[in-house]
Amino acid sequence: MSSAVLPETAAVPWRRRVDAGHLRRRGMLWTLTTVSHVVPFIAAATVLVLLEPLSAPVALACLAHAWVIPELYASRGANVVRRKGRRDPEPEQAALGLLGDLLDHDERDLHALTGLVVERGGLGAWVVGEAGALLVRPGGRRVDCWCVRADDPELPSADRVAHLLLALRTDEQGFATVANLAFSGARWRVRRRMPREMRPAVEAAARRAA
Amino acid sequence: MARLIRMDRSGHSTLAEWRADDPEAVEAAVEAFRRELDRGYLAMVATGPGKAEQVRELPLDADTVILRRPISGG
Repeated sequence: MSSAVLPETAAVPWRRRVDAGHLRRRGMLWTLTTVSHVVPFIAAATVLVLLEPLSAPVALACLAHAWVIPELYASRGANVVRRKGRRDPEPEQAALGLLGDLLDHDERDLHALTGLVVERGGLGAWVVGEAGALLVRPGGRRVDCWCVRADDPELPSADRVAHLLLALRTDEQGFATVANLAFSGARWRVRRRMPREMRPAVEAAARRAA
Repeated sequence: MARLIRMDRSGHSTLAEWRADDPEAVEAAVEAFRRELDRGYLAMVATGPGKAEQVRELPLDADTVILRRPISGG
């Protein structure tokens, strides 16, 4: 990736430039937040059953909350790479041609299969969609999910991917600085919430990040 | 033949084509390039596998210059 600074970072001057240490700290914060959501519900369920076995239905409701809340966060993360909006075949075909010129043979095949582009970077391996990107961190076990998009809602899907890919290739850290972090957590949690046809892209990114 | 391409609603549009030894084509390409930058587009050139660079002047020796809209957090 280039060492130039992404011009869009000027629009978010209050944000610190994202680097590997920053990602690690934010990842730990996400984990702590998840634990702080889950542990009280599990503790409440345990105490309720110990104090009064008849309160088991309420304890089950607590356990359901402990399960649902992290699932909702992971789902929010997976949603950043879901396909959005309508698709006109003609502009989409033209946009696909241009995107194809930016990719090598394997990447083109993977995009045809999943609608996503995998790009190796300094922070890990990226999975770029039309309105967001996943960053599979080195080792392949943790994923950060980023909301980021081109500022034109009428662009074809492949053009949206190309916009994000070019920005990422210009300045990876600037790209992560401009994007909004939607989720950080285990890869398997995000993967299982993704549409089946998109999962090979995450697996390919994990292989590159390993 | 080098090309100036804008990503837009049609997929993409070729705004100019030039050869470095054709001053008229170069002048038309530079004019089109500046017009799009004034409209808020950002100009990018590929500088190698997995690498791209923003340019503020039309690089006459580039094969393809791509114009894109800015990105922002969603």
